[in-house]
Amino acid sequence: MRIPGSGLAKGLAVTLRTMTKKTVTAQYPDVQPELPPRTRGVIALLEENCTVCMLCARECPDWCIYIDSHKETLPAADPNARARTRNVLDRFAIDFSLCMYCGICIEVCPFDALFWSPEFEYAETDILELTHERDRLREWMWTVPPPPAHDPAAEEPKEIGMARKAADKLAAAAAAAADAAAQAPEAPGGDR
Amino acid sequence: MNLIDTLLRCLGTLVAFLTLPLVIGQTEHKVMAHMQGRLGPMYAGGFHGWAQLVADGVKFAQKEDIVPAGADRRVFQLAPAVALLPYLVVLLVIPVGPNGLVGQAVDAGLFFVLAVMGIGVLGSLMAGWASANKFSLLGGLRTAAQLMSYELPMLLAAASVAMAAGTVSLTGIVEGFHWWWLPWQAIGAFVFFTAGLAELQRPPFDMPVADSEIIFGAYTEYTGLRFALFLLSEYAGILVVSALTAVLFLGGWHGPGPDSLGWLWTLLKTFALAFVVIWLRVTYPRLREDQLMKFAWTGLIPLALLQLALTGIIKVAIS
Repeated sequence: MRIPGSGLAKGLAVTLRTMTKKTVTAQYPDVQPELPPRTRGVIALLEENCTVCMLCARECPDWCIYIDSHKETLPAADPNARARTRNVLDRFAIDFSLCMYCGICIEVCPFDALFWSPEFEYAETDILELTHERDRLREWMWTVPPPPAHDPAAEEPKEIGMARKAADKLAAAAAAAADAAAQAPEAPGGDR
Repeated sequence: MNLIDTLLRCLGTLVAFLTLPLVIGQTEHKVMAHMQGRLGPMYAGGFHGWAQLVADGVKFAQKEDIVPAGADRRVFQLAPAVALLPYLVVLLVIPVGPNGLVGQAVDAGLFFVLAVMGIGVLGSLMAGWASANKFSLLGGLRTAAQLMSYELPMLLAAASVAMAAGTVSLTGIVEGFHWWWLPWQAIGAFVFFTAGLAELQRPPFDMPVADSEIIFGAYTEYTGLRFALFLLSEYAGILVVSALTAVLFLGGWHGPGPDSLGWLWTLLKTFALAFVVIWLRVTYPRLREDQLMKFAWTGLIPLALLQLALTGIIKVAIS
């Protein structure tokens, strides 16, 4: 039988128990938050990796990435070869007042030139200041954390899987060869 | 000598009246925060926000004192004083320790206290009527209705303890206290404390100031210092109701240790009860107006009458 007032007592117990527990308040300006490594704070540019393929600027839903570049002709190393051309980055800027932090540019970059950084304290009093130019974007690179370890239950990365398959095949072939070599001398007296 | 003695007693009461409600308010800030998994004030004063209420007071003092154009000016301005002062007067007669450690011993202390506390509610009623605001008026009338309903069980519970002690002097009641009064008067203590909560309009009995329905009831139109006085009167009310319950039902200064530590026991019991007041506020949702009335008339009053009968029977049996 339910005792009358047991619900009221339960309510009191809940509040009293909560009082003795640790609070969940984040004392942000005094204590920095513990952010997970994949936090989407700001986008960093590793411009050494950038080939000015323009994929990020074209995929950006907000069109907030500005890229200027020119072509440079490298003199041919060999007199028989053609002169090579390559792209040189003149400007790379992300306007964080437009950016919606979707991360498509980072996903789409084929050369790993863009990264997420968990830094988030870059508020400005002037909206124009939110357009980060290449040097500032490069500086954010120093705040990019190392990628987190794979989940133990996660699927194995493709390249490791392929390498393992190849190694297994090789090992199996070697074992078969060794087997064959070991059995070859015995073959004559096999009916003994 | 007599004059100095009186002055000292009045001064002591005034100091208690000005500091203890703030202590309770600060405790409420912190206890409520931790019960909700928060930290509460952390900055004001440097150490865990101890000066938060001082900062609040400064803020209130800086605000403009507005009287609405349609308001009944005099009554509107007088209402906070009417709400606050009765608690000061009540505090004067509450015995703190043995051997005359009381602001002013009044022979009919219990009557005096209950009568004066009724005036406090008048302040809310005046504020509600004079504000020229329908929400204020609704709040004021709800306050009045609540007072009507809860004054009766409160009085009956107080009468029960007076019957047990055979006196209406607060000092006399505490002196007559024995430990077995605790189970004997338990129902009375519950009724008295609950009815006291309701008279203070503390949650879960805060229908008169239900912000989701009528903004802030009778205090809607108030700003600045006058509003602060209303808030202060609420915390002074907690102090008075807790102290009264401690004195009437929990034996006041009685407790282990010498008589000279009696005041500490009174204070300890008062603050324990004030903690319960805060605890109840955090835990329970607000009662609807009809539930509020039903609880008083069909819950508390029969209980108080039962307590009265029990007290009478046992009193006759042991005498």
